[in-house]
Amino acid sequence: MDAWSRFRRNRLALVGLVLVAVLALSALLAPWVAPYDPARQSLIEKRARPGGKYILGADEFGRDILSRVIYGSRVALLVGVLSAAIAVVGGLGLGMIAGFSGGWLDSLMMRAIEILLAFPYLLLALAIVAALGPGSLNTTIAVGIWGVPAVTRIVRGSVLALRETEYVGAARALGAPALALLRRHILPNIVPSLIVYATLFMANAILLEAALSFLGLGVQPPTASWGLMVSTGRDVLLVAPHVATVPGLAIMLAVLAFNLVGDGLRDALDPRLRGS
Amino acid sequence: MLTFILRRLLLAVPVLLGVVFVVMLTIDLLPGDAVTLMLGEHATKDAVARLREHLGLDKPFFVRYLDYVGQLVHGDLGRSIQQNRPVAAELGDAWPATLQLTVAALLLAAALGIAAGAASAVWPNSLFDAVARLGSLFGLSMPIFWTGLVLIVVFSLWLNWLPVGGAGSLTHLVLPAVTLALPSVAMIARLTRSAVLDVLREDYVRTARAKGLRELWVLGRHALRNALIPIITLVGLQSGQLMGGAVLTETVFSWPGLGRLMVKAIFARDYVLLQGAVLVFALAFVIINLLVDLSYGLLDPRVGRQG
Repeated sequence: MDAWSRFRRNRLALVGLVLVAVLALSALLAPWVAPYDPARQSLIEKRARPGGKYILGADEFGRDILSRVIYGSRVALLVGVLSAAIAVVGGLGLGMIAGFSGGWLDSLMMRAIEILLAFPYLLLALAIVAALGPGSLNTTIAVGIWGVPAVTRIVRGSVLALRETEYVGAARALGAPALALLRRHILPNIVPSLIVYATLFMANAILLEAALSFLGLGVQPPTASWGLMVSTGRDVLLVAPHVATVPGLAIMLAVLAFNLVGDGLRDALDPRLRGS
Repeated sequence: MLTFILRRLLLAVPVLLGVVFVVMLTIDLLPGDAVTLMLGEHATKDAVARLREHLGLDKPFFVRYLDYVGQLVHGDLGRSIQQNRPVAAELGDAWPATLQLTVAALLLAAALGIAAGAASAVWPNSLFDAVARLGSLFGLSMPIFWTGLVLIVVFSLWLNWLPVGGAGSLTHLVLPAVTLALPSVAMIARLTRSAVLDVLREDYVRTARAKGLRELWVLGRHALRNALIPIITLVGLQSGQLMGGAVLTETVFSWPGLGRLMVKAIFARDYVLLQGAVLVFALAFVIINLLVDLSYGLLDPRVGRQG
């Protein structure tokens, strides 16, 4: 039974996949699917309850929450996917260099990574975002850079392990150049676990961006970011709880989606990795 | 064994020095000039230059780095720009609150997580297991700051059982601790489940059962003890997560701890306070990792012997 059919049999993973598809579609089709302009204010109707004209209610400026949530999926997806790409590409490159060269370069890189990973996750991301400045793109890059050390360590570990295997040893004995070794033998073995890691990373990236925007250090207004919406909704929490809680629900569903797909991929690609 | 401990302790020092370096470098890169912020936009160039010199900000980075490290060795963390108090005093006021919150959350997370995970492993694929696994997935996916707000809405606004924020009594601690603990409960439950399942498959468990030992004894004495090694590692690592989460939780609940202090320092560009706060967090994290490493050496005799 191949990986895809294993994945298909996993109902939770399929639910996740459907959710991801919904996320992607709403991000792509936002201008056509959103009932109102996300920036359109209507101060008379501020903090309107859900139901009626505004299906999910209106925020403190009278903006339609549903439309802002739909547009917010763009930021979430942008950050999630792009930062994962940055982390994987960066980590892959650095990890292969470290694993393959060994010696002082490897040691130096590992010490640097240890130092970077000595920071609690939020602090490190905060530091990078603070250095780059606020905004969606900078936040994306910051989250991506934040992910590089962990990926580097994983890739390096795989490279080190695979370097010692017999078929790599045989290839080397036959005189294969290092680059071909990397490309043809090591890389295909790393790819499945990287795919799983990347998917789960996307889930965490969305959470991280939401946290940074919540603290006011990520995406800036008037861009609709779910984290930012929760943050500003906090001011009216006790009179209009829906303003802060509905966007947070969107965050949870998006993160859940990627977690489900990631779990499903992990179970499908290597059943040995499962705990049951 | 002693060499193992000493070696790990010694390795921690360059890591800490590196942490200081990274913290200072990043704060240097922060946009916005601290001096202009302090004096206001209409300050004269002269005043700006003088304050900069007074604070030592005109010196090159490496000199400042070495100066700061020298200061640290003497226990001097500098003075907060915003409050004009020694940073050590500010941190000293704030860290007990964070410690209280983090410890409460960690204990809650470990107790609930291990219990739920172990129960899941003992009755796999039962209704309890299914609910627990789904619950864990949800728990992992919920943003901490949202969980906190939802709990406030339910327990403070609607039910009026618990206060909205601030600190002071046990009732004030409940919601923040639960909020902070939730993602960790999920992670620990998941890992405990798979670790215990792995252990239950081992031969020595089968032997113990074949010997006729009571199931509870088999579980407690043999299974759990060996499963504890990866679990403890995770619990230790979760402390790092908890510290990151503490920043968010303290902000949501207005909990007077280091996290909230740090966020305020960022917005006020109080780089001296910020350096101190981040340093404390990172230091705590390094120490916890060290303790986890050491406990690893204690729990797994093979590791201790290698040194």
